[in-house]
Amino acid sequence: MRRFIYEISESWKIAVAQMGSNKMRSTLTALGVIIGIVAVTLMGTAISGISIGFDKSMAIFGDDVLYVGQWPWKRVDDWWNYRDRKKIKTEYAEPINRMIAATPRSNLTVAVPTSSVYRSVKYGDGEVNNVLVRGTVSDYVITSTFDFKEGRFFNELESRGGANVCVVGYDVANALFPSASPLDKSVLINGQPFKVVGVISRQGTFLGLFSLDSIVVMPLPAFQKYFTAKSEADILVKVTDKTKLAEAKDELIGIMRRVRGLSPEKKDDFSINEQQALKSTLDPIKNSIAIAGLFITGLSLFVGAIGIMNITFVSVKERTKEIGTRKALGARRRTILLQFLIESTALCLLGGFIGLALAFLMCFLIGVGFPSFPVHFSTDLVVVSMVVSVLTGLIAGFAPAWTASRLDPVAALRYE
Amino acid sequence: MESFDEALNIRPHGRSVIEIQDITKRYVMGEEIVHALRGVSLRIHRNEYIAVMGPSGSGKSTLMNMLGCLDTPTSGHYQFNGKNVAEMDDNELAEIRNREIGFVFQTFNLLPRSTSLRNVELPLIYAGINPETREEMAARALQKVGLADRMNHKPNELSGGQRQRVAIARALVNNPSFILADEPTGNLDSKTGGEIMGLMETLYQQGHTIILVTHEADIARHARRTVHLRDGLIESDDYLPLMETEFVISSP
Ligand SMILES: Nc1ncnc2c1ncn2[C@@H]1O[C@H](COP(=O)(O)OP(=O)(O)OP(=O)(O)O)[C@@H](O)[C@H]1O
Ligand SMILES: [Mg+2]
Repeated sequence: MRRFIYEISESWKIAVAQMGSNKMRSTLTALGVIIGIVAVTLMGTAISGISIGFDKSMAIFGDDVLYVGQWPWKRVDDWWNYRDRKKIKTEYAEPINRMIAATPRSNLTVAVPTSSVYRSVKYGDGEVNNVLVRGTVSDYVITSTFDFKEGRFFNELESRGGANVCVVGYDVANALFPSASPLDKSVLINGQPFKVVGVISRQGTFLGLFSLDSIVVMPLPAFQKYFTAKSEADILVKVTDKTKLAEAKDELIGIMRRVRGLSPEKKDDFSINEQQALKSTLDPIKNSIAIAGLFITGLSLFVGAIGIMNITFVSVKERTKEIGTRKALGARRRTILLQFLIESTALCLLGGFIGLALAFLMCFLIGVGFPSFPVHFSTDLVVVSMVVSVLTGLIAGFAPAWTASRLDPVAALRYE
Repeated sequence: MESFDEALNIRPHGRSVIEIQDITKRYVMGEEIVHALRGVSLRIHRNEYIAVMGPSGSGKSTLMNMLGCLDTPTSGHYQFNGKNVAEMDDNELAEIRNREIGFVFQTFNLLPRSTSLRNVELPLIYAGINPETREEMAARALQKVGLADRMNHKPNELSGGQRQRVAIARALVNNPSFILADEPTGNLDSKTGGEIMGLMETLYQQGHTIILVTHEADIARHARRTVHLRDGLIESDDYLPLMETEFVISSP
């Protein structure tokens, strides 16, 4: 055991000396690994960035909310069966809530209708286009995950009476009120004034596709009065216990069938959706992006590994006589194997360190330059890239080290 | 054989530690088969001083490699300290090379980028000796060969004779029974060669067994026993008469 440790420490010294005396060659060889590690690390940060963004986007749906809609949140091959379904109406919220109240120990808490359009929002000279204007009730706030930057959500009284009040998203507030607080100011939508009672804090984007902060929320009666008489809607239903989501879903299906008056032999003509379902449809996509990305960048690491293997073979060849001498002095096969494995590993680790430092720098610069770009540099990544470097070194160095360890001592000593 | 040795009473006594019988070594080179050794038998005791002579290509180096457990015979029997070498695995052979045998090469074979001290330490690393003891032992070995002031020099900062002395220090640092030297003076001028032979003599006096290959009768004269090889066979195996041996020992 002790001998093993001495052999390892000796091999380290040799490896370091070897790199030191072949600086140019070592650097060029390590370059392959450096590029590989930079590529893999950047891809890793991008993937974990995307993944975090994805989870954040998913989180806004809430994991304890069911969505009643016409369409399921997954790809359907028979879309024509869904197209002709009856629309979901805001009015459904009332009978659903009644049935929830009538059910003892219901798995559902409250149903909230929402209905949305896109409109411009104005204040003074300022105007924001394509803002999602949503009408709902005061209970909406229970089903949502957002916080308030300032102010509050509209209360039940305002909600019922259809008061001209609204809550604005972060982007809308920033665009229209760059310096002052929007609270108690009135913004114009479709020429109608709505008094701002609250500002939602920043939500970011949904999968980087569109901003979640470009939104205005108002009481449903006001919404229906000024924007659309049609009562097409999504119904959000909050569940009591998110661990009993399946039971809650069954209960809601039963309620919806009664609302729709479906006889038992008829199929559901609505869809109950949830965050989890969306996740499970999007996860495979996310994963295949990650795998493809890692595979492509992994190729560059592979090329780097080949460089390491090559240079280790060269090193073995050059030092054949030295290998013979060492064997004559009592080096075992294991000793020689270890020596060259450590040499290739040291080279890879050097490349790994430099690569990691470069990747870190690049992540930092990207973070400063493009704050919205999803990069996430984690300590996991440091560990992973070190492990990857070591593994690369071991794998790349194995064939040459094995060859070296098997050299016939006499032949090696004769080698010129 | 044993009784013959004892009867004449002119050879070193002690347990026979190397015994080879009918050793052959063949090399196949394409169509051609080279018989480097054709059936060599030798018995080497502790604290002998043997010169192996013979024309070029007669199999001297091949024999040395065999004795040093670097090479395995094509046929024949080799016993080292009573153990059958053919039955040893690579690790056991490495162990014997490390502890029992010290090699000295014609081309020195020092590690070019390491200092004398590090070069001499090498066998001790493989023996699993701790760093402090290692350095101490290496320094002592270098002192023995008169290079106490060259410990931190690298091979390219040393003369040929000094390099060979480093190599000898490396060979004896583990205090092996055998020192195997294949033409140790082959790359040196005669004066430096003489110094190296003086060193060998000292090691012999200290109890090591020395086996050296040489072309030069002058060098061979230092030995107490001379084995002549020709075409892979032992042509003669002569012991110096006792008186002459004593004469050599007493002469400076
Ligand atoms: N690896 C090998 N492959 C083929 N033939 C070999 C090999 N090693 C040695 N030989 C042959 O075996 C014979 C003996 O070689 P060896 O090196 O033992 O001779 P030597 O007595 O040491 O000669 P020299 O005095 O020139 O060093 C030679 O004919 C040589 O060509
Ligand atoms: Mg020879």
